[in-house]
Amino acid sequence: MPEVLNPVVVGIIVFVLAAFVGLEIISKVPPTLHTPLMSGSNAISGITLVGAIIATGAGSGTLGSALAFVAVVAATINVVGGFLVTDRMLSMFRRPKRPEDGK
Amino acid sequence: MSIDIRALLYLVAAVAFILGLKRLGSPRTARSGNTIAASGMLMAVIVTLVDAEVSWAILGSGLAVGALLGGFAAIRVRMTSMPQLVAAFNGFGGIASALVAGAEFVKADGIALPSETIFTIIVSVLIGGITFTGSFVAYAKLQGLIGGSPVRYPGQKLVNGLLAAGIVVAAVLSQTTQDALPFWIIGGLALILGVLAVIPIGGADMPVVIALLNSLSGVAAAATGFVISNSALIIGGALVGASGLILTKLMTEAMNRSLGNVLFSGFGATPASSEATGGDVTTTTPEDLAIALAYASQVVIVPGYGLAVAQAQHAVRELADLLEARGVKVAYGIHPVAGRMPGHMNVLLAEADVPYDQLLDLDQTNNLLSRTDVVLVIGANDVVNPSARDDEESPIYGMPILEVDQAATVIVVKRSLSPGFAGIDNPLFYREGTRMLFADAKQALTALGSALEDL
Repeated sequence: MPEVLNPVVVGIIVFVLAAFVGLEIISKVPPTLHTPLMSGSNAISGITLVGAIIATGAGSGTLGSALAFVAVVAATINVVGGFLVTDRMLSMFRRPKRPEDGK
Repeated sequence: MSIDIRALLYLVAAVAFILGLKRLGSPRTARSGNTIAASGMLMAVIVTLVDAEVSWAILGSGLAVGALLGGFAAIRVRMTSMPQLVAAFNGFGGIASALVAGAEFVKADGIALPSETIFTIIVSVLIGGITFTGSFVAYAKLQGLIGGSPVRYPGQKLVNGLLAAGIVVAAVLSQTTQDALPFWIIGGLALILGVLAVIPIGGADMPVVIALLNSLSGVAAAATGFVISNSALIIGGALVGASGLILTKLMTEAMNRSLGNVLFSGFGATPASSEATGGDVTTTTPEDLAIALAYASQVVIVPGYGLAVAQAQHAVRELADLLEARGVKVAYGIHPVAGRMPGHMNVLLAEADVPYDQLLDLDQTNNLLSRTDVVLVIGANDVVNPSARDDEESPIYGMPILEVDQAATVIVVKRSLSPGFAGIDNPLFYREGTRMLFADAKQALTALGSALEDL
């Protein structure tokens, strides 16, 4: 049997690489879009909803279920609200004026 | 669904997040980028639900309640209130991550967990808890529920240090005893620490705080990903952590301060120097200003938080329209820390239908200012304070500013001569060539507009 990596180590590798990808793509976002970037990335951090869904599973008891319920509510607020408000903001960003407007 | 297939589908969702964030880099592609990221999220949720042994009653009601609350807030929020909404969403993300990790601990119910799992649970609860209460203190400050000024008390650092030490002790205890009590203590201390960390930070430093909390909400999600061994959480969390970190860095650079200084100095708690530069200010009337604006060829408008407070974004656009109809070129000079969150002014002006190519950043504006006839400063103060450039004694010395004094004429619309957030006087107001119009931003702009129409 070959030795198998500890899942935590695999996780660290994934985390570090993803963080570098994030630094790389986000440093190119212009200041104009910083607010939508924040609310959009904030919605992505709502991915913890996946964990909340799993936590509602069997075998968690009353306390566990209560924690899971609140987690689902909070994460869903984060996801639904975050993506919606980002879309609303971005829909307002208007393209440059047509030349005939200027003169 | 096999665990391998599931993992690969989570990877697809993570790629959607990356592509979505990448497309947020340009105004043309940003909206589709957000949709792609949202689709990735939907996919991750569906993948989780397939064959899942979940309690549908708990899950369904939780999803419904969350979607209603989040959706309602997103649709109803005014653009001026965007900073507090994002702060609140950050907080919800943080507490969700902490609770998922907490539920995992509860589920184990005394069965020995591997020490690395306990460690990741603690990290998740700690960061998630701090993010939660920290965000809601920021929310309360931005919403005006509590005062925006920094709260200082004696022994502040000592208290924070003791709290941190308490967390470390409880963490070691929960590792060694696997007992529930120290674990709950950590959760409680994290919540208290979040409050105490944000309370001493003033309103104008909120762009840094929100960016940092944004980053922390991502780190909390990633930590939870370690707890439940889920790569979608780890990748998504890492991306958000990186994004918030970049914005934090940009904001602190735009203030020429270190993160430590923003977090711990209580900047603005006491007026740094009360000695006024003094001198006389030249006040003016909307009618005189209308003439100066009408005969300019290039006008730059510099908005600040005062514009948001007065809800004057539409009034400023209407004024710009009148000027453009007269052949005056209009641009907006936006300092990175103008407003209460990164990009706050840009969103306000976008709401008022200002095309994004007229929104200039710091360098673009400073290049244009020497060729500008009239600069209209509306509700901004510290970001145009020449002391930051000229006065080595000034607390804001070294902060990059919009060099409005390079323009031929500077018009400052302000409610009074009161100093800005940094509590320092602004020599710009007393300078020759600067004209002050003391009024509420919205009223001033409306008056300017009608004066222009009467010309």
